[in-house]
Amino acid sequence: MEFHNNLFIFSGLALFMILAAMFAVTSSRIMRAATLLLFVLFGTAGLYFMLHYTFLGAVQITVYAGGIVVLFIFAILLIGKGSIDITHTSKLRYLAGLLSALSGAVITIYLIDSTAFDATHFMGKDVPMKSLGLAIMGTDRYNYILPFEVLSILLLACTVGAILIARKK
Amino acid sequence: MDFTLSILALPLLSFLTLALAGKFMSHKAAGITGTATLTAVTVLAYATAAIYFGAGRTAEGIFATITPFNIEWLPLGDTLSIDLGIMLDPISVMMLIVISTVSLMVHIYSLGYMKGERGFQRYYTFLSLFTFSMLGLVVATNIFQMYIFWELVGVSSYLLIGFYYTKPAAIAASKKAFIVTRFADLFFLIGILIYGYYTGTFTFAPQESALIAASGVLPTALGLMFVGGAGKSAMFPLHIWLPDAMEGPTPVSALIHAATMVVAGVYLVARMFPLFVEYAPDVLHIIAYAGAFTALYAAVVACVQTDIKRVLAFSTISQIAFMMVALGVCTSADPHNGGLGYMASMFHLFTHAMFKGLLFLGAGAIIHSVHSNEKMYMGGLRRYMPITHITFLIACLAIAGIPPFSGFFSKDEILAACYAYSNATGLFMSFVAALTAFYMFRLYYLIFWGKSHYEEQKALYDAGRTTHKPHKPHEAPATMTVPLIILAAISCVAGFIPFGRFISSNGTAYAIHIDKSVAATSIALAVGAIFLATLMYKSGNSRITRGLNSSLRELMSAAYNRFYIDDLWLFVTKKVIFNCISRPIAWFDRKFIDGTLDKLAAGTQKAATFIRPVQSGNVQSYSVWFLSGALIIILVLIYLA
Amino acid sequence: MIIPAHYFLILSAILFFIGVFGFFTRRNLVSLLISTELMLNAVDINFAVFNAYCHPGLLEGYVFAIFGIGIAAAETAVAIAIIINVYRNIHSIHIKRLRELKH
Repeated sequence: MEFHNNLFIFSGLALFMILAAMFAVTSSRIMRAATLLLFVLFGTAGLYFMLHYTFLGAVQITVYAGGIVVLFIFAILLIGKGSIDITHTSKLRYLAGLLSALSGAVITIYLIDSTAFDATHFMGKDVPMKSLGLAIMGTDRYNYILPFEVLSILLLACTVGAILIARKK
Repeated sequence: MDFTLSILALPLLSFLTLALAGKFMSHKAAGITGTATLTAVTVLAYATAAIYFGAGRTAEGIFATITPFNIEWLPLGDTLSIDLGIMLDPISVMMLIVISTVSLMVHIYSLGYMKGERGFQRYYTFLSLFTFSMLGLVVATNIFQMYIFWELVGVSSYLLIGFYYTKPAAIAASKKAFIVTRFADLFFLIGILIYGYYTGTFTFAPQESALIAASGVLPTALGLMFVGGAGKSAMFPLHIWLPDAMEGPTPVSALIHAATMVVAGVYLVARMFPLFVEYAPDVLHIIAYAGAFTALYAAVVACVQTDIKRVLAFSTISQIAFMMVALGVCTSADPHNGGLGYMASMFHLFTHAMFKGLLFLGAGAIIHSVHSNEKMYMGGLRRYMPITHITFLIACLAIAGIPPFSGFFSKDEILAACYAYSNATGLFMSFVAALTAFYMFRLYYLIFWGKSHYEEQKALYDAGRTTHKPHKPHEAPATMTVPLIILAAISCVAGFIPFGRFISSNGTAYAIHIDKSVAATSIALAVGAIFLATLMYKSGNSRITRGLNSSLRELMSAAYNRFYIDDLWLFVTKKVIFNCISRPIAWFDRKFIDGTLDKLAAGTQKAATFIRPVQSGNVQSYSVWFLSGALIIILVLIYLA
Repeated sequence: MIIPAHYFLILSAILFFIGVFGFFTRRNLVSLLISTELMLNAVDINFAVFNAYCHPGLLEGYVFAIFGIGIAAAETAVAIAIIINVYRNIHSIHIKRLRELKH
């Protein structure tokens, strides 16, 4: 029954995420859109759990759902409700966007479907925290200290930038 | 002879100094800078002459041609190159003397004449530029260097004619001078290019073999060069600019438009003389006929002009034509047998520069004194301006050909050369010489004798019939009279220079001897003409003059209007060339060439307007385009795979 | 049973293009940012899926998914700072009112 179980859960998650995403990009009220985004992010965390990547799922929930969406909500509250009602774009632009997004999706799905990935090594195991920590902080082959440091510089720059931009003159 | 380079360098330096720093100099400093430089140049020029002629003759009995300085400036081919340098031979050394002497006189004279004028420094700047260019022209080692300096001379002439740039007439005159001479120079350049292409060199003496190979085109090339020379030397019908050039300051007229620049054409023909006489004798004879006609034409016109500077201008044209005729009647390079004209021409160039410079400077003194160019404001001036009167009289006697003044000797040689060519030419030129004496003495009497304009006006003023107090004529200051006296002294004695010993057509010494019959004829004619002028003009308003005026009204009026040559040129340029050639071309240019380009521009603009919205600055549109492009590329790749 | 990798990939592609569609059509800066987050999120899913299915012994996709989340957070923080600043200046975050930035 595990077969059905897994597929059932995946299908449910997928449907949920797609619907939430679609509403998030069409909803005329931003607060609602942000909330729907939160649902998509939760669903993504669910996908990570299905891959047995529990740590990644936890990061997804804490950073994305807990951090970023809260930022959004703060911004929306700061800006105020009155000014953020969405006026829709022109028909032509709407159609162009729809058409290009749809054709893009069709082409990509076709490509995914027609490509034979060597994707048969799924083991269903979480990555041990210790090896992850060593990999991120290590300096050997297949270790990631350099991207980690670059990212930390980026975060620092973003922090400074955000303060500079948002502070009162 | 290395110091000869400084003969060119000093005026150039003076020009640069005055041009760059003249603004910060006082009038006096600028004038003294220019004059001091010219004094140094004159000393160097005389030293050059002394050393050059003092060095003696070579074994062939000629003065060797020296090239103290020469650099290859633009190599164009194996043998063809444009050089810059200094070449000394008898005629270039003679020209150095002429130019530096007259230029120095004019520099000194201008200190008085131009005193207090606006742009005094600019005036001396241009004078230095002119002197530099003219010296560079005569010492040129090759025809192309000559052409370069030839154009520089033209430019400085243009600048000096238009010196009073607030006067419309001066601007028109400067433009006219520049355009007419430039038009002629076009032929000169074509001639040079033909010459250089076929002989393989720009030097004055190509290889014998190259000359023989090019003998077919040499007459054409030399003829074209003569057209350039005719433009500079104001030969008919390219003379129209010279009378108008009198709008410039009078000392400039003396220097450029009487003594030096206008004889550049004669100098050019003399420079190319060996080639002319060897390979293009027919062209030389055409030059003689053109010169003879110009001499007569200018002399006739000079007889009726009322502006004294214009009389002198036409006299200059006529005298230069004499030099051209003298060159043109040469039939060989041997001075004893048909080549006398070359020496005569150069001799006349030398003496003419002195006495014509003197005439112009004297006219300048008169104009300075009575503030007008018109003869009606003159008359009776001999009592007020004794020095000017005497020096002017000497110059008039010189140009009329009365011994022992210099003009007699040189003109006599020219006439002897003409008689040697043919009796008809000789008689014709003798007649023109007599005309010369007539119009010069007409001018002399009108200025210095007759009723004084000042006295008439003063009588009117004293009687209370006019409120305008006339201005009393006065003698010029010393800075102006000293050059007059010097030039007059030269004009008195220059005839006794044994000119043939220095310059002759083949370089060998030639002893000048006076042909008694020719001399007697020309003296008789000149005295007769002077007598006639005395009868007609001495008393101011004689019966003969009135009678002639009324009986020859048509002819007088035609001559006064210079036989309508200027109007003919205007008709040709304005009506014929502008209407028939320029207008269709302009139409074609505007409608077709410009039109095509305009259409192209309009098309580009339309296309730009059409695609402009793509660059909207809207990131969303950009991303749509970006995604579409990426998708198209992917589709193409899928299709290819 | 093991769910085929294709399913995950197709889901992420759909999410990505929903984000693209939102990015093309929304007229409000915050909505645009939300669409961008959707796209980034879809990319993270791909990283994790490829890691899990193709090279489970290695950590590349895993680590880059974490980095992606970090970058998304940083980017959002800056973007929201900009949006708030824009709002402070022109009292609107409607994209049509932002023409001044062009000049």
